[in-house]
Amino acid sequence: MSATTLAHTAPVSTDAATRGLVEIRGVSKSYSGHEVLHDVNLTVQPGEVVAILGPSGSGKSTLLRTINHLESVDRGWVTVDGQLIGYEQRGDKLFELKEKDILKRRTQVGVVFQNFNLFPHLTAAENIAKAPVALKRVSKSDGHELALGLLAKVGLSDKADAYPRQLSGGQQQRVAIARALALTPKVLLFDEPTSALDPELVGEVLDVIRDLAKLGTTLIIVTHEIGFAREVADRIVFIDGGHVLEVGTPAQVFGSPTHARTKEFLGKVL
Amino acid sequence: MTDTVEKTSAIQAGTAASAPPTVVNRGTDYNALTVVHTRHYLRWAFGALVLFVVLQLAWSLVTNDRYGWDVVAKYFFSPAILRGLGLTLTLTAVAGSLGFLLGTILALARLSKSPILNSVSWSFIWFFRSVPLLVQVLIWYNLGYLYPRLGFGIPFTDAYLVDFDTITLISQFAAAVLGLSLHQAAYSAEIIRGGILSVDQGQLEASAALGLPRHVRVLQIILPQAARSILPNAFNEIIGLLKGTSIVSVIALGELFYVAQVIYNRNQQVIPLLLVAVIWYIILTTVLSIGQYYVERHFARGAERVLPPTPIQTARRWISVQWARLDEPTPPATSAGIDAKSESFRL
Repeated sequence: MSATTLAHTAPVSTDAATRGLVEIRGVSKSYSGHEVLHDVNLTVQPGEVVAILGPSGSGKSTLLRTINHLESVDRGWVTVDGQLIGYEQRGDKLFELKEKDILKRRTQVGVVFQNFNLFPHLTAAENIAKAPVALKRVSKSDGHELALGLLAKVGLSDKADAYPRQLSGGQQQRVAIARALALTPKVLLFDEPTSALDPELVGEVLDVIRDLAKLGTTLIIVTHEIGFAREVADRIVFIDGGHVLEVGTPAQVFGSPTHARTKEFLGKVL
Repeated sequence: MTDTVEKTSAIQAGTAASAPPTVVNRGTDYNALTVVHTRHYLRWAFGALVLFVVLQLAWSLVTNDRYGWDVVAKYFFSPAILRGLGLTLTLTAVAGSLGFLLGTILALARLSKSPILNSVSWSFIWFFRSVPLLVQVLIWYNLGYLYPRLGFGIPFTDAYLVDFDTITLISQFAAAVLGLSLHQAAYSAEIIRGGILSVDQGQLEASAALGLPRHVRVLQIILPQAARSILPNAFNEIIGLLKGTSIVSVIALGELFYVAQVIYNRNQQVIPLLLVAVIWYIILTTVLSIGQYYVERHFARGAERVLPPTPIQTARRWISVQWARLDEPTPPATSAGIDAKSESFRL
């Protein structure tokens, strides 16, 4: 509904409105006086894969979380396919959405967390089926079928009845990705998906993300895996101190960074 | 260290092939030596002492006539006692359910963002933890003195639409249930709140990110996980409540303890009738404790990689092991046997 009211700011055709266009405009956020995001602007095209890089505490995770309204913003706004996150425009006023509506819009944006955050008391299949069944999108038995299909997709067909603690970190993260996919989100957010993993388990998770990138879901990935970002991302965003310092293709950002901080950071991690 | 031992013994084995091993050679092959375990003389002595005290006690239970076991046996299944027992169980079940239901609501209110709900819940818990249960039960029973009539009417006036005599409305049973459940609610609210706080924040974020409705988040994600830390305390409370019901004997409500009192006031057999009550309380507590084990085990799903075997499973396994041991002949404890074992170990 608000897609039309915001159309003048969204320079895309209406058919893209179903495919995961993310717009971040003038977003600022402070925690007790300390500014973690400063006037951030970023447009992510439908189907695009964007990697957000930056040193620890640079605000990259906070930025990611504003896209799903897990973090509210102090100034600025975020839209997904022209829909404001957390608010609704009526006339010249912005109304804060009711929790129910926030939840509904959230299902368009999936999140994969650094610590997986799987539900430990539910099996892998139950973890995946929980949201689609609870939101009455599918019946309980269809939910189980859906879960089995998604588990096959991430290469864990034999782990449907395993509890998260019986799985390795890499397997847990793959279940978490399957869980996020169960709601067929238009946008998937990855918050350092491999940071909590042992080095030899990183590969299996990156393989799954790589497959997703090919499928045309919009992916926004906060990561420390520079090599992976370079390979998979269409664009790289470099953030430091809450400022977006650099946006460009991997070739641009890694090949000829324009900002001194980017050079310094890349010099340390490459 | 094992490496060195194995190397040494490998060399030993090499030499053993050409010449038979002598006693001196075997001295460095640790596998060939007999292990002598430490002897805990002091532990044995204390064990014997404790055993003596326990046996002495058991002996007195059997030989001391004043326990009056014949009287205990006579009244144990008497209809009056069984009726009292039924009422004790009813009170525990009703007050326990109401208490934990109200406690859950209070805990959620305490954790809500509304300052009004939060402070009302805090005050409730504060008040009902402050008033002794005994006093509370008496006050509920005598509520008719404060408010002779209870009913619905126009607020802040004396005009009633429906009203009842307080004394008929709040019977002994109702007074007992009110007192016990409100008391229980205050305590269980804090236990449940503690359990909810112990659930990782990431679980809330994950369920929010998945768009799960609030009731699903609370009932299917948070509370089942909180249950793990709530349950041991909750069973403590239920067992406490079971015995706490004896307090309502002050308002002459015929639960187990009150019935026992009535009977011994008539026949002067104080100790035997108290024993009847005590044994019933012990039986009920035992049943609850067994229930606790299995309920906790149920909620441990996913928290432990492999669930520990139940006592019954353990017992079965133990018996089958003993049975197998009876069948096979005892291996000869000669040095040759140990040598053979160490050879196969090396291979």
